[in-house]
Amino acid sequence: MKLAYWMYAGPAHIGTLRIASSFKNVHAIMHAPLGDDYFNVMRSMLERERDFTPVTTSVVDRHVLARGSQEKVVDNITRKDQEESPDLIVLTPTCTSSILQEDLQNFVQRAQLESKGDVMLADVNHYRANELQAADRTLHQIVQFYIEKARKKGELPVGKTEKPSVNIIGTTTMGFHNQHDCRELRKLMADLGIEINAVIPDGATVHELKKLPQAWFNLVPYREIGLLAANYLKEEFGIPCIDITPMGVVETARCLRAIQKVLNEQGANVNYEDYINEQTLFVSQAAWFSRSIDCQNLTGKKAVVFGDNTHAAAITKVLAREMGIHVVWAGTYCKYDADWFREQVKDYCDEVIISDDNGAIGDAIARAEPAAIFGTQMERHVGKRLDIPCGVIAAPIHIQNFPIGYKPFVGYEGSNQIVDLIYNSFTLGMEDHLLEIFGGHDTKEVVTKTISADSDLSWTREAQTELNKVPGFVRSKVKRNTEKFARDRNLSEITIEVMYAAKEAVGA
Amino acid sequence: MTLANPEPQALNFECETGNYHTFCPISCVAWLYQKIEDSFFLVIGTKTCGYFLQNAMGVMIFAEPRYAMAELEEGDISAQLNDYEELKRLCTQIKRDRNPSVIVWIGTCTTEIIKMDLEGLAPKLESEIGIPIVVARANGLDYAFTQGEDTVLAAMAQRCPDKAPEAEKEDRNAIAKLLNFGRKKEEVAAEESEYVNHPPLVLFGSLPDPVVTQLTLELKKHGIKVSGWLPAKRYTELPVLEEGYYVCGVNPFLSRTATTLMRRRKCKLIGAPFPIGPDGTRAWIEKICSVFGITPKGLEEREAQIWNSLEDYIQLIRGKSVFFMGDNLLEISLARFLIRCGMTVPEIGIPYMDKRYQAAELALLEKTCNEMGVILPRIVEKPDNYNQIQRIKELSPDLVITGMAHANPLEARGINTKWSVEFTFAQIHGFTNARDILELVTRPLRRNNNLKDLGWDKLVREEANV
Repeated sequence: MKLAYWMYAGPAHIGTLRIASSFKNVHAIMHAPLGDDYFNVMRSMLERERDFTPVTTSVVDRHVLARGSQEKVVDNITRKDQEESPDLIVLTPTCTSSILQEDLQNFVQRAQLESKGDVMLADVNHYRANELQAADRTLHQIVQFYIEKARKKGELPVGKTEKPSVNIIGTTTMGFHNQHDCRELRKLMADLGIEINAVIPDGATVHELKKLPQAWFNLVPYREIGLLAANYLKEEFGIPCIDITPMGVVETARCLRAIQKVLNEQGANVNYEDYINEQTLFVSQAAWFSRSIDCQNLTGKKAVVFGDNTHAAAITKVLAREMGIHVVWAGTYCKYDADWFREQVKDYCDEVIISDDNGAIGDAIARAEPAAIFGTQMERHVGKRLDIPCGVIAAPIHIQNFPIGYKPFVGYEGSNQIVDLIYNSFTLGMEDHLLEIFGGHDTKEVVTKTISADSDLSWTREAQTELNKVPGFVRSKVKRNTEKFARDRNLSEITIEVMYAAKEAVGA
Repeated sequence: MTLANPEPQALNFECETGNYHTFCPISCVAWLYQKIEDSFFLVIGTKTCGYFLQNAMGVMIFAEPRYAMAELEEGDISAQLNDYEELKRLCTQIKRDRNPSVIVWIGTCTTEIIKMDLEGLAPKLESEIGIPIVVARANGLDYAFTQGEDTVLAAMAQRCPDKAPEAEKEDRNAIAKLLNFGRKKEEVAAEESEYVNHPPLVLFGSLPDPVVTQLTLELKKHGIKVSGWLPAKRYTELPVLEEGYYVCGVNPFLSRTATTLMRRRKCKLIGAPFPIGPDGTRAWIEKICSVFGITPKGLEEREAQIWNSLEDYIQLIRGKSVFFMGDNLLEISLARFLIRCGMTVPEIGIPYMDKRYQAAELALLEKTCNEMGVILPRIVEKPDNYNQIQRIKELSPDLVITGMAHANPLEARGINTKWSVEFTFAQIHGFTNARDILELVTRPLRRNNNLKDLGWDKLVREEANV
């Protein structure tokens, strides 16, 4: 047992659901007790999704506990098959079903007999994988399933596309800025004259999966999700995989050069150097920003970075290599992939922290006393407590991290966005400087603005206590309205009764 | 209150598949840890439970909450680790860091399935570490959302002291009387004279303190004294429950607590409608008064006066229809109130319907429908959300009260929705807060009125099916 208040990565089934609900017309059925379908709420709220989340539950209740699921799971699968005719139904185990040890594979086989769509069991162990590992695995599983199915039917296309083309693998629903990243990657590929063969899983249908082998290469923008699928495609079809996250100007260039290399090896004869040069120096603003006077003020300022592997590593490099900021420590909660992270950031920070204990991370921030934090929502709150600004760079995230405006993190536009995020997180240089010299903005005491400041009414002690229970942001309004109510009725003392009478009368 | 006359039409109860969305009952820790100030809630479950709490509670999680997960690992599931030793280690740590007056263990689905004997372990550990440990099995196998509070309060009911420290109190009073001879005596007399002589009454249900004050004062107007409240602000202040005390519930989802109070504590349950809406509040007070043989004074005028003050809101909803998908058990009371406001209700979805505990509320619903001349709603227990959405598409109600999983998709299809969970967290009880209920109910209508000329009602492309 572990005492835990907060977790960075969710449980395994969330990863499976993220993959399933990213595809079009794929439905997930969770084998879970009532209330475990919280994923639907998150997707509907965070992504402001217009459509019903294609996830339902085959409810595990007392009956199931006593007698087993029996026909229930099979019925739920075949029912959903009829109602919505999904291409694929993914039966998703949860922590509960994994200890029930029912033969879910058997249910899947039986349901498959009666279903028009495909049915599959997500092969994920709740107690061994977290959300990210499970997502990676489920994506691999679905890709493999449809490749093998096409191969069996002899529908697997042979040969590559005529022009250089790419599969972008790993953009998912509820991923940090994934939709914006995806758009930016499409644009980047278009600029380079590379056709998009497929983007999976977000927005794809399972029918598209059989054409994956036609791509010249796979691009896996995020370390956490997509590598298993890409490696599978590499083993099966020899498709080269580029797993350099194009985040920040230097890494974007490195990614483009890697693409250039794999395309030229296949006889494309492309040269992206001019494009990289043009973008870096004149189109995107990040390189110019690094050189500008603004950025000078950031030189040597201390920062800490914490997040998932992809974002924490990329931001650490941007801070240290592209802006001259002193990264005191960089950390990740992807403990299962810690070696990769260490390797990535070892030259760019003083210390590497691998932990999924938010308390330990909070302490490490307090110890380092950085001028800015780049982390998850949890670190943002630590920052609030310590009065240190924080830019959010990775999940877990809140609704405000699903902006409507275009905010990619990858590619050249992404590097612009990252510059803004970093620059705005540090207190503006000159302002900072002046505040220090003059000791603050407002040293004069603020005059109270409530109309009732010089009230002649007396509040009884109970009423005053009651008033103090009213949330701060409406308290003065309640006070004003109550006093107005009392004055209108010539009451000189405000008791609890008067308070509530005022509320009833005027909604105070 | 008298029971409604048997009318030709009767309430129609149905039961569907139970495929519906609701919060897990462990969510009750969110409001109970705030209500019971000296408590610590330990949820013994998996990452799934933790993930739910973390996301459902949003910002609260950052405010050093007095709750935590005892996250079960593979070794716990396969019994390689000793449950007792593990829990002892964690509870000792909690005692050291927070020093609470009570630790509440919330049993989850996992502890049920692996049959972890929490009720057996608690007394042993309690005596070993010297902090009371209350066990509540608020799991998703058995319960929905607000029923979590019910399981906690039922467990707490057994911890209420069963004897008032009578002798000591009298002693102290005697000394106090001696010391403050004269002035104090008058005050005590004045205080007592405000109340009618009636057997002790304890109310149960967790409400924010301002609402507790309001309802207590409301009863005081009729000379009724509230001797205690389950739960109180602090665990150490749990009310005395002697055999023969009267108890009355303030929320519709507290049936286990009611049963425990009657059977285990030998209290007498006053079965009343719930004080939600001015009609409910009046019926609640009337019922309590009638049990104690008190004639309520000015109650009718008070109700009328509240209705008057609500007229601006009621104008917005009169004649409109509302569909409850059902997820928090407040549905019957809210539907009854909204029907009294002039709305029609085609369907009341509800996770679980205790017809005995809610009998008076159901009778008032039936009576209200008959008086307002509207068709009785169908009450759907354990609803099936998929079927409900088909019915919503058919009926196109003016408002759907539903969970967040369906709210945005319905809005995109031009259907007004109100997020049901807000009714659980807003102040909705008593005369004073009737306006707050309507503030919630009318908000989507007011918002959409403001936007109605824009022609942005349906924001999804026509669906091929249907």
